[in-house]
Amino acid sequence: MVQKQFYRRRKVCKFCVEKIDSINYKDSRLLSQFVPERANILPRRISGVCSPHQRQLKDAIMKARNIALLPFTTD
Amino acid sequence: MFIVDPNMPEDEIDQLNSQVEGLVSDGGGQVESIEKLGRKRLAYEIQRQNQGFYVLFTVAADGAIVKEVERRFRVMDSVLRYLTVRVDEAEKKLEKVRAIRQKKSSQPIPDSEVVAEPSAADGS
Repeated sequence: MVQKQFYRRRKVCKFCVEKIDSINYKDSRLLSQFVPERANILPRRISGVCSPHQRQLKDAIMKARNIALLPFTTD
Repeated sequence: MFIVDPNMPEDEIDQLNSQVEGLVSDGGGQVESIEKLGRKRLAYEIQRQNQGFYVLFTVAADGAIVKEVERRFRVMDSVLRYLTVRVDEAEKKLEKVRAIRQKKSSQPIPDSEVVAEPSAADGS
């Protein structure tokens, strides 16, 4: 029974499906989809992103945070 | 990309831009584009300011020139923050990927040609 729950969420990577090549740090609207209200980064098992895209996403979010397009944390 | 004090008048920002441009071209680099992204709300306070004027430069230059520009930014009071991103290697990889994708989409599907042949052979 527990196994069924695990396999139900086989989500596809949003970037692979839409064939987005590069994740730009300036695109704060796209990046904010992967940043919940606490302003941390969504883990891969929840967002369904594949690992190379997750790495690119993390780099883009860090750059956006440094240039104040995304917050580091919310109070 | 750098953030300038939003309370500065536009012509001073233009002056700053042309200063940076001059710096790059004097060192032998090429300024490919200057984009003024305008006033935006900052995600957090920087130097007690909540808004900032964003400027984006796309530059083809050596490391030494980039270092000099960054040093200038650090000294200037009106530049609140700067970020330098290197894009040449990523661009090359992307171009390769795009070229492969173009070739794939423009080629006809070979399976249909193979299917046509056996029926022609059967007819004869």
